[in-house]
Amino acid sequence: MTKSIIEVKNLVKKFSDLTAVDNISFTINSGEIFAFLGPNGAGKTTTIKILTTLLKQTDGEVKVNGFDVLTAKNQVRHSFGIVFQDHSLDDELTAYENMQFHAVLFSVPKEERKERIENLLKFVDLWERKDSLVKTFSGGMKRRLEISRGLLHEPKILFLDEPTLGLDPQTRNHIWKYIEDLSQNKGLTVFFTTHYMDEADRVAQRIAIIDHGKIIAQGTSAELKKLTKKNSLEDAFISLTGDVIRDEEASTLDRLRMHRRGR
Amino acid sequence: MNAIYILWLRQLKRYFRSKSRVLGSLGQPLLFLITFGFGFGSTFQKAGEGNYLQFLAPGIIAMSVLFSAIFFGIEVIFDKQFGFLKETLVAPVSRVSIMVGRTLGGATVATLQGVVVLLISYAFGFRMQNIYLLPLALLFMFLMALLFTGLGTAIASKMDDMHGFQLIMNFLVMPLFFLSGSLFPIQGLPPALKIVTSLNPLTYGIDGLRGSLIGISQLSFYFDLLIVGLLTTIVLVIGSYLFSRIQL
Repeated sequence: MTKSIIEVKNLVKKFSDLTAVDNISFTINSGEIFAFLGPNGAGKTTTIKILTTLLKQTDGEVKVNGFDVLTAKNQVRHSFGIVFQDHSLDDELTAYENMQFHAVLFSVPKEERKERIENLLKFVDLWERKDSLVKTFSGGMKRRLEISRGLLHEPKILFLDEPTLGLDPQTRNHIWKYIEDLSQNKGLTVFFTTHYMDEADRVAQRIAIIDHGKIIAQGTSAELKKLTKKNSLEDAFISLTGDVIRDEEASTLDRLRMHRRGR
Repeated sequence: MNAIYILWLRQLKRYFRSKSRVLGSLGQPLLFLITFGFGFGSTFQKAGEGNYLQFLAPGIIAMSVLFSAIFFGIEVIFDKQFGFLKETLVAPVSRVSIMVGRTLGGATVATLQGVVVLLISYAFGFRMQNIYLLPLALLFMFLMALLFTGLGTAIASKMDDMHGFQLIMNFLVMPLFFLSGSLFPIQGLPPALKIVTSLNPLTYGIDGLRGSLIGISQLSFYFDLLIVGLLTTIVLVIGSYLFSRIQL
């Protein structure tokens, strides 16, 4: 079970004169839960966008499930599910229609569609609301729907970009339990970002910390704590990335990214 | 194929669910039909050109097709801003089929709008010359709808937000409409204007539509069909190319 499923070698992404991702390399094993941590604007979302074929890298090689993200896009896209950092549902459609849309686009066999959608919607407690328009949903409900949608085509890899943002502890627990279960029993590989260090500490088997586009540390939570001689992952994180709230330079970076995100 | 269908279906569902949009899109053609149709009617008649409403209705039908088609194309920007585009772009489906599905959906709705305006014109006294030519009229409406939805999509693929929308309305859509023979006959125009109108794809669409609806056209059917068909193909190819290059 130590087969690698994501391989990133010397990845670079430049936006005009800004280097958002600066020569990073890492490998994720099949079935692993991997946390990608970093302050705002560190390059997390950009990396995920490259791994999920939404953005072309400037340089470097990325393989997802053995396929190159530049040359075998469709195979790569079949391999993963994703929950984006920001909203990605169609508000004017119902929960069920959003799921159906996804099932068709990801060519889920017709005879399995109904059952899978029902199971997933029941799991996230949205089955009773399946015929409501998504625009009537709360933030947490939308998030739950997005997560169930990401799992609909039974991907090998699940990308989660700050998936639990704005969720109450009950929902967070519930979702993580389910994902951990999928990882253990079905070999689902999980790549996630979060700002909740306790979450990363609890769930992730391995952690990479990225700052200013570079990976500055990698390892298990215990290893990172040992490395920094701290007791908690949060302290380790702060000691690695500094406790300065990102000033001028970082905030222009953030603004730029916010702008790009708005696209 | 399935992907094209589901994207087409999505456009239709979105449209019919928004009552305000359905109603709102009919306001402008109605206003034009009433003010121009009745306002210029007697002058037109005195000039010996016949019934103006008969002449005008095909132009207004084309207008509503043009406006809604462009808008449905531009709508890609909303999907960019509200995030749904990402969901479609990570799907293992070719970008071309995504673009085709969306465009067909938008074009279908725009054609339906044209049909509704045709019915409204009937209420004001417009009559088709030969009802059996209706399929031909529908074909022209649909081709125009495809052309301009494709154009809207192509433009929207290069835009980041709706700020440029006014620019497109004022410098592209309005000139397309006014300089097309929608409101007045193109023969007898000053030479400069004549050149401009003959470069406007909508001119041929309207001429073909008018020919099939009231039997009066300045060019041959086949020529109109050829020009509109050709331009639609070109725009769809360019649009698909630009759409497939979107990065988020």
